[in-house]
Amino acid sequence: MRRLGPRIEEKAARVGLWALTLITVGVLVFIIFFIMRRGLPVLSLEFLTANPAEMGKSGGIFSTIVGTVALTALAILIAAPLGVGTAIYLTEYTWGGPVTRVIRFGAECLAGIPSIIFGLFGFILFVTKLGFGWSILSGGLTLAFMLLPTIIRTSEEAIKSVPEAYRSVSFSLGGTKWQTVTRVVLPSALPGIVTGIVLSVGRSIGETAATIFTAGSALRMPTSIFSSSRTMSVHFYILAREGISAPNAYGTAAILIIAILGINLLTYYLMNRLIKKYS
Amino acid sequence: MSDAAIEVQGFSQYFGEVRKIRALDLDVVRNEILGIIGPARSGKSTFLCALNRLNDLVRGSRHEGTITIDGCDIYGPDIDVVELRRRLGMVFATPVPLPRSIYENVAFGARRAGLRGRAALDALVRDSLEKGGLWEEVRDRLETSGQKLSGGQQQRLCLARILAVKPEFILLDEPTSGLDPISTMKIEDTLRRLKSEYTIILVTNNTKQAARVADRTAFFLNGELVEVGPTARIFTAPDDQRTDDYLRGRFG
Repeated sequence: MRRLGPRIEEKAARVGLWALTLITVGVLVFIIFFIMRRGLPVLSLEFLTANPAEMGKSGGIFSTIVGTVALTALAILIAAPLGVGTAIYLTEYTWGGPVTRVIRFGAECLAGIPSIIFGLFGFILFVTKLGFGWSILSGGLTLAFMLLPTIIRTSEEAIKSVPEAYRSVSFSLGGTKWQTVTRVVLPSALPGIVTGIVLSVGRSIGETAATIFTAGSALRMPTSIFSSSRTMSVHFYILAREGISAPNAYGTAAILIIAILGINLLTYYLMNRLIKKYS
Repeated sequence: MSDAAIEVQGFSQYFGEVRKIRALDLDVVRNEILGIIGPARSGKSTFLCALNRLNDLVRGSRHEGTITIDGCDIYGPDIDVVELRRRLGMVFATPVPLPRSIYENVAFGARRAGLRGRAALDALVRDSLEKGGLWEEVRDRLETSGQKLSGGQQQRLCLARILAVKPEFILLDEPTSGLDPISTMKIEDTLRRLKSEYTIILVTNNTKQAARVADRTAFFLNGELVEVGPTARIFTAPDDQRTDDYLRGRFG
């Protein structure tokens, strides 16, 4: 290839990268626009607060919102402490020997497993073997396992990015290991850890395959963690797949997107305030 | 020497297969400023981190020989490392304020040791900052981040921060290497003032600094102690040719 002058090269790079960015943003905007145009007209207070009727053909989606929130909350409540704890152990309490590497490798493999496999695993273990049935409990546990690798990985990265000097300072001032972890390392790593958890919330809200096998697809309002429940994503899937109601499907999709956007915005807002407070 | 506060005997420090300090014998006398000079990688910093056992945190660290403080083996089985580190405050080459307020940086060690109560902490923070020579500059902005201070102020904050733990020894690892002459002078003045209450070990790349503030000076080379003696003698009539060469800038 003939070499172009550095100025032209510079210009070409700028334009090329700009075009790539434009395509990315364009696709995103198109998807959101596509769903919002079909979904937004369906939205009303009633759509949000009424339970589905006629298998979802009419009525709202209230019970599926409750199901999604319950399932996600349960999954995060289980996965966040487990994952963050594991990450702290792997980074702060081991020298990175063979055992650590095996655990890390295992977690990474877990991250690559398709969610429908998790669904099947959850179905066999929680729904049938342990007898939890199709329930929020089974679904929450399954989702938690699915989220664990992401939370471990992002927390580990966040903890590793805390300057080593902070630890030395804490130790040299007579801080114990635990004090160093809780008072120095974790506060500095918090933004990264929270980002990982927020991503996980998003993934768990959007998860369909893993929950349909484990939490089931009941449209009734769940009354306990042993109730079967349908999440918004599953609801969308069934409405669209079985051709029950396209408008209601898109309405549900719109709510899903708005919810995830809202959660992200809220978290980053809170995080910025937290960071400002600490530095 | 019978009045030695720290006695180092035949001490070697290894990291994996690498030996950073070889068969070191050195005494530190109470209420002196002991300067340690020597070229890069001569084991000066490793020696400081052997004293407060920060080397323990490095993978594959092991040692031979003994270090005793007031006759007590600091690598002995019943030593509480956390307690030991409170007795030996350390200032690092790069000032590292924790990402907290000035006040909380100073109160950090005391809080970890279990000190509670606003009044006690307030008094301690003020007292430590005064001793560290920073109080007048920060008294009306204790709640701002320690990381917003200038380099010299940060280093004095780090000094004040260890004073708040009430140590007996102060270990300084090239504390002024990144500072301007005026900030350096302020730190040196502070050290001279602190000498009456503390025993100070000052590792420095700047031989003139040792000449200015140290009572005795030790010269390290390749992990070995070449010689130690009163600063005036080391700088005017060293026993060892290598010391003379180093001080004249022939190497290092």
